[in-house]
Amino acid sequence: MHYVAPTTVGEACSLLADNPGSRVFAGATDLVPQMRTGRLEPSVMVDLKRIDRLMSVSHADGRWTIGAATPASDLTHNAAFTAMHPGISEGAGLIGSDQIQNRSSLGGNLCNGSPAADSVPGMIAAGARAVIAGAGGERTIPVADVVTGPGQTSLAADEFIVEFEIDDPAANTGDAYLRMIPRTEMDIAVVGAAVRLTMDGDTVSAAGVVLGAVAPTAVRVPAAEAALVGSSLDDDTLAAVAAAASAACNPIDDKRGTIEYRTQVAGVLAKRAAVIAAERAQNGA
Amino acid sequence: MTATENPTNYKWVGTRPIRHDGFDKVVGKARFGADLNLPGQLHGAFVRSPHAHARIVSIDTSAAEAMPGVKAVVTGDDFPALDPTHPNYDTAVNCMARGEAFYHGHAVAAVAATTKAEAKAAAAAVEVEYEVLPAVLSIADSMADGAPLANPNNHTKFAPPGDPSNLATITNLARGDVDQAMADADVVVEMGFDCAHVHQGYIEPHACVVDYGDGKANVWCSSQGHFRVRSMTADVLGVDNSKVKVVPAEIGGGFGGKTTIYLEPIAAKLSEKSGKPVKITMTREEVLRGSGPAPSAELRIKIGATKDGELTAIDGWMAYGVGAFSDMAGLIGAMSVASYKFPNLRMETYTALTNTPKSAAYRAPSAPHAAWAIESVVDEIATELGMDPIDLRLKNAAVEGDLTAMGMPHPRVGLVECLEALKASDHYQSVPAEGTSRGMAVGFWFNIGEESSATVNLNEDGTANVITGSPDIGGSRASMALMAAETLGIDVYSITPIVADTESVGFTDVTEGSRATFATGKAVVEACEDLIEQLKARAATIMGVDVGEVAWVDGAAVSPGHGGGEGGDPLTLAQITAQAKRTGGPLTATASLNAAGAGPSFAVHCADLKVDEETGEIEIVRYTAVQDAGTAIHPSYVEGQMQGGSVQGIGWALNEEYIYNADGAMENASFLDYRIPVASDLPLIETIIVEVPNPAHPYGVRGVGETGIVPPMATIGNAVKAATGVRMTSLPMSPPKVLKRLNER
Repeated sequence: MHYVAPTTVGEACSLLADNPGSRVFAGATDLVPQMRTGRLEPSVMVDLKRIDRLMSVSHADGRWTIGAATPASDLTHNAAFTAMHPGISEGAGLIGSDQIQNRSSLGGNLCNGSPAADSVPGMIAAGARAVIAGAGGERTIPVADVVTGPGQTSLAADEFIVEFEIDDPAANTGDAYLRMIPRTEMDIAVVGAAVRLTMDGDTVSAAGVVLGAVAPTAVRVPAAEAALVGSSLDDDTLAAVAAAASAACNPIDDKRGTIEYRTQVAGVLAKRAAVIAAERAQNGA
Repeated sequence: MTATENPTNYKWVGTRPIRHDGFDKVVGKARFGADLNLPGQLHGAFVRSPHAHARIVSIDTSAAEAMPGVKAVVTGDDFPALDPTHPNYDTAVNCMARGEAFYHGHAVAAVAATTKAEAKAAAAAVEVEYEVLPAVLSIADSMADGAPLANPNNHTKFAPPGDPSNLATITNLARGDVDQAMADADVVVEMGFDCAHVHQGYIEPHACVVDYGDGKANVWCSSQGHFRVRSMTADVLGVDNSKVKVVPAEIGGGFGGKTTIYLEPIAAKLSEKSGKPVKITMTREEVLRGSGPAPSAELRIKIGATKDGELTAIDGWMAYGVGAFSDMAGLIGAMSVASYKFPNLRMETYTALTNTPKSAAYRAPSAPHAAWAIESVVDEIATELGMDPIDLRLKNAAVEGDLTAMGMPHPRVGLVECLEALKASDHYQSVPAEGTSRGMAVGFWFNIGEESSATVNLNEDGTANVITGSPDIGGSRASMALMAAETLGIDVYSITPIVADTESVGFTDVTEGSRATFATGKAVVEACEDLIEQLKARAATIMGVDVGEVAWVDGAAVSPGHGGGEGGDPLTLAQITAQAKRTGGPLTATASLNAAGAGPSFAVHCADLKVDEETGEIEIVRYTAVQDAGTAIHPSYVEGQMQGGSVQGIGWALNEEYIYNADGAMENASFLDYRIPVASDLPLIETIIVEVPNPAHPYGVRGVGETGIVPPMATIGNAVKAATGVRMTSLPMSPPKVLKRLNER
């Protein structure tokens, strides 16, 4: 096995194209455990953290550009980003532990392909885009289109994510991400729910609802969004949001949670996240 | 805080010196099981059964032996066949299967190679042909009519010779007339309970290095008792104890799980075959799959009471699932029923074999299961009678002379004092915070004495070395030094407490049963008392007086002319040791004993918690543990034991469980998915030490290491009932289970 740390995107693309079985990584917080248990044996490990573009965070022209290998803690400690996208920041702040967050990245969290990835529902709800580099050049697609199933992405073998683009939210917008784990930290989401709301006074004018850990990929819940838009988050609306979220679930029974439990709690978290998102929207978060 | 200060005015006992082994542990110099490396050592790796129960048709090691770096491969055939009645037969078979694998993860072969990676690769190349056999995976399956045998070598203990059975024990304890008492009772509550397998979760995986040479196995390992490692290893290898030397490493947690062996004879045989030292370190996955969790249990408890709260009868049925080898968990569970007077009692218990890992001890083994069920039912009775749960327990609490389930009268015990201490506590006197509810429960553990040795050597400058054979798991070095300092009358820091190897100190049983500070401590005190007699004799020689005129006061010899009635100065211990050469030579003493009179320790716990009724999550916001320590030699380590037991019990209550798939393989063999509590899950565990001295120990010590894990499950279950009206009856009370019960409400 070989370890390489290219310093340009082009170099990294060439390494991937030239070495079948190679693998890019950022924090390696998923890769190393997978290698330890024998699930993965990359021929070449390509470290993306030496490429400046993948390690930078910038805000210009009404959007954030976040290097795909940037440590989660760079986002959670970025007050301006967190003020604008608190739901994405709090998702990134739930990955593993503080130590893990000094390594783990949005790009890795997404491309690991886990349906339980904590930073993903918030990015999808925000309409984030992924800039993907490959031997054939760069392309940009919605984050929602990256993961196709557990451990599976739409990226070609020679491609990797360079950066994410997240547009500044409309005025009076707030988001929130909640997850259920049986402990308070150091665990994997049994259910995750991100909600992004734009408010017009007490009325919801736009909504995004995305669930994690309840289907093979993170899932958007249009029925919950429809229930929210035009409402003032009254009890009937929240009940409808919960019912729609539960109905959107297609989870598995496993050691981390049951189908029955995940389905019910997805509804609970969706409505709770909606309430927080609305408060943030109205408080100018 | 300490509720009942010991009336005796000790100088050292009851103080909190910095532990003698603390510096090395803080700076990382202390050497734990995996920290020793020998020149030229090889690394061992296991081949483990992928089936819960299978006949081993053949093992082909030729491909593995031909792999790079491989120096030795062993299978069950490399070890002597012990007679099935040999006390360590099961241990030998558990270390390495002989013709039949009894659980998923059971070791069937092992290899030693130059690197860990080579050993792992070679283990994967060992070809084992299995014939899969029917597996027994639950207590119900094990006890069903016509069930397949989990282990054909198991015969029911204490029963007439007969066919093999899945039941290791069937016991009935009874007194009085339970049926009549139930018929006469004003209130009768009967409920069923169950508990999943749980693991001790010690942070240090099992590890050893063995260097076999000149017919002798030299073993370095961490364990709760190196003398037991010696005898078990010797028996598995078929050699005398004198052919095994065990040097104890520091131990990173045991909680009962390191009272047996898994690695040492395998490493010894690999070392013998390869001619090189062999190191084996378990992975966390191996620890969970291949060491000894606590038993699972199914329990049914019926308790009758009068309308004024007298508990008149208990009728219990308890079955413990202990894995694939004989055990006495059921009987011990029944023996742990000892908190209340119960004039009428019937406990029917079973120990059932399953094709899961062989159970090992876990802090007050078997008692937590029984207390979970009984204390839940007692709580229901308090609710039905409208009585305060402490008052109901005070009315029925066992005191000296009351009988345990085994029919043994209690010695002086402190349950009443513990209940009164909780009742008077700031916690119990407070109103539960908004949105929280409260529960409390009692726990009992009998503790044991067993054999210990201690040698105390006085140095020529008046300092002392205290040498014992008890591994220091919970601060016992500091406790030994404190008792020696108190007895001899010298400074605690002038004493060096040492845990010596199997060839440097007299035989000492395992650190289990909360016995080290009690039994080994008693040996230390006896050795120090012997030294005081010697010191007095030497002083008499120096002073030129009759030894009968010499007394030992505050670390010095006093006679009429030396600090006594006629003035002069006492002769200090250091002054006497300085003159040892001319008064008869070095001063040293050894004491060995089989300690009787281990005092039982009661605990009473109280929790305030919140239940999220939409997600089933339980948040513990306040927790208090009260326990009778007899005398707290080093209160910090007593509190540490109380807090540690509480936390492990909280984990057992909330989320910890072995999750098996349909084939009997553990699905959650990692600390990610075997969910022990993390620090942020817990409030500060408040402690109240109660001191009702044990008359059988010179300083009144009762063991404190185990009882703390007994009350938490019912404490939390009782608080959940108070919060939601739902009585949880299945452990763990994980969010999915709680939510399901709330939905059914």
